[in-house]
Amino acid sequence: MTTTVSGGGDVPARAPTGNHPPSMVRTCDTTGLSVCLTSQRFIRWHAVTAVVFLLVGGIGAVLLGLTRWPAVHLLSAEWYYRVLTLHGLDMLIVMILNFEMAILYFAGPVLLNCRLFSAKMAWVCFVMMLGGALMLNAAILSGTSDVLMTSYVPLKASPWFYLGIILLAVGTLIGVINFLATIYIANRDHTYEGSLPLVSFGATAAAIIAVVTLIHGAVVMVPTWLWSMGIIPHIDPAWYRMTWWGLGHMSQQVNVCAMVSVWYLLATMTTGAKPMSQLVCRGAFVLYILFINVASAHHLLVDPGVSAGWKIWNTSYAMYLAVLASMIHGFTVPASVEVAMRKKGYDRGLFGWLFAAPWGNPGFSGFFLSLVIFGFGGGITGVVLGTQQINIMAHNTLRIPGHFHVTVVGGTALAFMAVTYYIVPLIFQREFFAKGLCRLQPWLFAGGITLASIGMSFAGSYGVPRRHWDVDFTGAMFPVSFDSGAHAFLGLLGVGAVIAFTALLLFVLLVVAAVFFGRSNAGSPMEPWHEERQSGGAITVDEHRAPGTMALVVVFLVCFVVYYFANWKWLADVWHVR
Amino acid sequence: MSIYQPPADWFKAPKGGERVWIGLALTWCMVMSVAMPYWHFYGKQNSTGESYRVTPAEYAQRVGKFIQTNKVGEMNGMPVVEPAPGGDAYLQAQMWLWMPILKLRKGQTYRLHISSLDLQHGFSLLPMNMNFQVLPGYDHVLTLTPTSSGEFSIVCNEFCGIGHHMMTGRIIVED
Repeated sequence: MTTTVSGGGDVPARAPTGNHPPSMVRTCDTTGLSVCLTSQRFIRWHAVTAVVFLLVGGIGAVLLGLTRWPAVHLLSAEWYYRVLTLHGLDMLIVMILNFEMAILYFAGPVLLNCRLFSAKMAWVCFVMMLGGALMLNAAILSGTSDVLMTSYVPLKASPWFYLGIILLAVGTLIGVINFLATIYIANRDHTYEGSLPLVSFGATAAAIIAVVTLIHGAVVMVPTWLWSMGIIPHIDPAWYRMTWWGLGHMSQQVNVCAMVSVWYLLATMTTGAKPMSQLVCRGAFVLYILFINVASAHHLLVDPGVSAGWKIWNTSYAMYLAVLASMIHGFTVPASVEVAMRKKGYDRGLFGWLFAAPWGNPGFSGFFLSLVIFGFGGGITGVVLGTQQINIMAHNTLRIPGHFHVTVVGGTALAFMAVTYYIVPLIFQREFFAKGLCRLQPWLFAGGITLASIGMSFAGSYGVPRRHWDVDFTGAMFPVSFDSGAHAFLGLLGVGAVIAFTALLLFVLLVVAAVFFGRSNAGSPMEPWHEERQSGGAITVDEHRAPGTMALVVVFLVCFVVYYFANWKWLADVWHVR
Repeated sequence: MSIYQPPADWFKAPKGGERVWIGLALTWCMVMSVAMPYWHFYGKQNSTGESYRVTPAEYAQRVGKFIQTNKVGEMNGMPVVEPAPGGDAYLQAQMWLWMPILKLRKGQTYRLHISSLDLQHGFSLLPMNMNFQVLPGYDHVLTLTPTSSGEFSIVCNEFCGIGHHMMTGRIIVED
């Protein structure tokens, strides 16, 4: 019986030497990686910022959930829309970008055995991102910017609102350029040999998409900022929507890329998995880069100003190659875990490897639940809602947030939580308290957010609008009422939100306690999250055989096909329209 | 290992299960790609995005004229308007009402114009659950055929300020 972190025993001899200045590097006692101390500092700063805004956005989330639960209906209309604006921006922009910046500092300098290109740029990036985030939050809470995350013109916010977003975007862009420059000097100084490690490759894909995303952000936000100050007279609403979604949707693809990189990272860290075919994994990342831009079209599927031909072209071929990429990762990640587990001797039946997987390790359970929730929940609903004609039954209903809370929360945020169970011991060099609670946390969060999303999706299928304070339409000229089923699903949304928030709060408390008061593990390997049990010793298996994963993805495909055609059937029953 | 350098000969075609799954997934993506153009030509529900530039003032004028010509009654002070079957019908979105109330006939086809006088709005027909975006400056034309009769609600599903939740309207469909 060994007690090392899986994967830790497989450190290659580092033939090439790093280019770090003396005393600016340490060797990780667990993974053997050379950790650039400048990068380590920025991983810490960005991770802490991400956790703080996760808490703020999470408090927003539970308030919103309790307002949309008709029996509770907590906030006033004014505060509902204000908190909704805050929740969207703090979670989707501030928290996630800070987390991704931490990942870039890890996937660039640390994995490539290289120094950070520029500490000054890193400081500028951090200060601009934090300053922008504070400005944005102040603008929202002051009550002058109740425009929701999308700030669709001609709805007008205070100039500080747009400036905050611009600062965040430009700060992020500087950080991304710093990352790309780090890869350049790593290559120049031969700090690594051959090709980039897969996780760095995925992070690079995320960085490339981020550059294009942030340029869209600048193109849409700078004129809108000038318009909010009266310098530009008019912003066309259709132009705004198309360009804004170049920022809004593509940034989700950055999240997907970063999340998938974290899946590969955690599969390796927790089970020692290695990709079946590097070419396939890398090819799938390239598909994201090439074919995702036009997917912003699927926010405009029932818009005026764009033709049916434009809508269909831009949702189908290109979007489906990006869907193909996600379906590929959805196979390769669990398949790599399956092969690794079988090699350890868990070779019995279709799913022996799955039952024997380290479910008590929050790094493993978090990433695997993220994979399942993202695939079955987010993937299937995303493609169906983004089908041009089916979107008629979904646009701006609660089906939309029902979808993206299982991609970006159940998927991305959960994967980021899972990797935090390694970031704190490895980068902050602190051990967690209450490990039993740590093991429980991903399950609780996954359960809560899945319930909330089911509640939203089903309420939305009754036509319940998203971004709407009162489904009882109090005070309306013509009364409208929803079926009691819709109310029940909104209640489920509320219950799910409370459970997910409890898990989020638990996560924040565990992380804060560990970072500030945890036992330092400097000088020794981190305490392993799970004991490596051998089942009759290692065996040799065919590294291209993963029958259990194949069975799971076939079940997935069947669910996908059934849900897809069921939606066409529902569509066929509504009024005719062209 | 995903965090270390890959083996030098990593550029290899996939084998086994991986290859099978890529084939299955790609086939499914192709099926979905064909489904949308197919429905565009043979399906009855499509969003073609037919639209024309119009200023809010011009649009309000057209709506006013439409109401004047085709008004058949009032409900809660809101005009009820019955357009000629096969003709044009106008709907005006503004903070926070839908004007006028439309009286349509089942099985008849109308060219329903929708535009906004102020912010962006969302046309959501309940309990049908059909949703279309409404933008100021754009006359969005839906060629609409009601296939069921009764009283239907219109709610706004694009945030348009503090009274957003009170923005409701009616479409009445007679057999």
